[in-house]
Amino acid sequence: MQQEVIIAGFGGQGVLFAGQLLAYAGMDEGKEVTWIPSYGPEMRGGTANCTVVISDEEIGSPFVKNPAAVIAMNLPSLDKYEHLVREGGTLVVNLSIVDRQVTRDDIQVVNIPANEIAEAIGSKRAVNMVMIGALLGNMDLLSLEALEAALEEHLPERHQKFLDANKEALRRGAAYQPGEPVKA
Amino acid sequence: MAKELIKGNTAVAEAALRAGLEAYFGYPITPQSELLEHLSGRMPELGRPFVQAESELGAINMVYGAACTGKRVMTSSSSPGVSLMMEGLSYIAGTEVPMVLVDVVRGGPGLGNIAPAQGDYNQIVHGGGHGDYRIIVLAPSSVQEAVDLTALAFDLADKYRAITCIMLDGSIGQMMEPAEIPPMQPLKTDIPDWAVRGARDGEKRLLTSINLDPPAQEAMNLRLMTRWQAIERNEVRYKGYYLDDADFVVVGFGTAGRISLSAVRAAREKGLKVGLLRPITVAPFPNTVLDELTEKVEGFLVVEMNAGQMLEDVRLMVRGRKPVEFFGRMGGVVPFPDEVLTEIERLVKGPRTTDGHPRDRWLARLAETIG
Repeated sequence: MQQEVIIAGFGGQGVLFAGQLLAYAGMDEGKEVTWIPSYGPEMRGGTANCTVVISDEEIGSPFVKNPAAVIAMNLPSLDKYEHLVREGGTLVVNLSIVDRQVTRDDIQVVNIPANEIAEAIGSKRAVNMVMIGALLGNMDLLSLEALEAALEEHLPERHQKFLDANKEALRRGAAYQPGEPVKA
Repeated sequence: MAKELIKGNTAVAEAALRAGLEAYFGYPITPQSELLEHLSGRMPELGRPFVQAESELGAINMVYGAACTGKRVMTSSSSPGVSLMMEGLSYIAGTEVPMVLVDVVRGGPGLGNIAPAQGDYNQIVHGGGHGDYRIIVLAPSSVQEAVDLTALAFDLADKYRAITCIMLDGSIGQMMEPAEIPPMQPLKTDIPDWAVRGARDGEKRLLTSINLDPPAQEAMNLRLMTRWQAIERNEVRYKGYYLDDADFVVVGFGTAGRISLSAVRAAREKGLKVGLLRPITVAPFPNTVLDELTEKVEGFLVVEMNAGQMLEDVRLMVRGRKPVEFFGRMGGVVPFPDEVLTEIERLVKGPRTTDGHPRDRWLARLAETIG
């Protein structure tokens, strides 16, 4: 069993760390994992993405053309990856800053106002955690508990004060029902 | 030891340090810089010299000097930086002192780009510097393998008084995977008797690559080549996947090898009897196993992230006995497994030929795709 996730967005949205967190959680559950970033000049302020592969056996290619899931944090990411999600896969879209609908009907689409949810819990920068939570709430990849444990273990020391907010963001993302209003 | 999720570049740096690296000299270049960065913190912590030189030329010549003391020394760079080191590498080979070089290969030729590539194969495996010398070249395909081969690289360099290169590509340098880094080893204390350590009260020793007497230089060349024959006998390493019943074999190293593994698995799911031969040492090349496979199988597909550099080593061993086809992407473009699968299916379906050159056929197909 192998699953792949591409997380894409603007530099600064926490795309790379969100992917690392998935990889840490997979590793801590005893699975094979790879995390590979786009490390080009685009990392500086432009779009950033990373690919995470989680598998039960030795991982072949760390690069994936048609991933099981994509997290699109912004419109350029949706434009780039919508057509690449594997048939039957999952696409999580940050509705807060994406002003168009997904056109495909052969994949599961999760539209979530991630910025508003992050703001509602007083942690604007936890948008990435809301998006990861939304993925886990809609895909049999890793448990929320595994992610929370990975956060405790691997959130950098200087960010430990944000641990509870990050956990809350994960849970809010996972529990979000499409169309429901965002509560403070 | 617990596994940690770690970047390839950082993992190699830490593994080198723990294998007893006593002096590092380098110059930053993407996609290799985390290696240098990690050592810039860790080496001083341990009281070991770390020098960011003024250039790659400076770095390799500092390595040359330090290597003459018999200590474990290393430099690292990426393709254009390694090109600059070629003169120094030839001098080091000509002086018969051990060192470890890490080349995190990027897209070229020229300044190129910082994307993953394998275009340094010829430069590292078949030459670069002048004169008759060979470099032991290890080509890991994962972070764990890069860690394991780092310790081996120092052992081989010491054992054969040779340059050992760990040839990564940008993606292995940049990717994070779980890896177990072995514990810290004590520093080397058995200093070889050829090392120059300051001749106070001792016998005078001279290490140099200049030898104005051609017959003496020829004898030195013979020694190097005889040593290389021993390396060819003793140090070949490779990994085979699904080879037992394979009718067709994909040959690929490093990242191209593991991408091919995904394609081979997909081919197996379709019922195609395909295996993978992944050379771990590309120099010495795994000739014997390739020779044996040539007798058994119906054809080969060589996959590389270059225009077919290892392809020539495969063809040299297959010697026209079986069809060999090639697929590659160049200039920092990384192939996806489905592209390799398409090539596997083409090979299996046929028609197959031993005529012409596989590169010509591949270039004609590629021109249609990207032209």
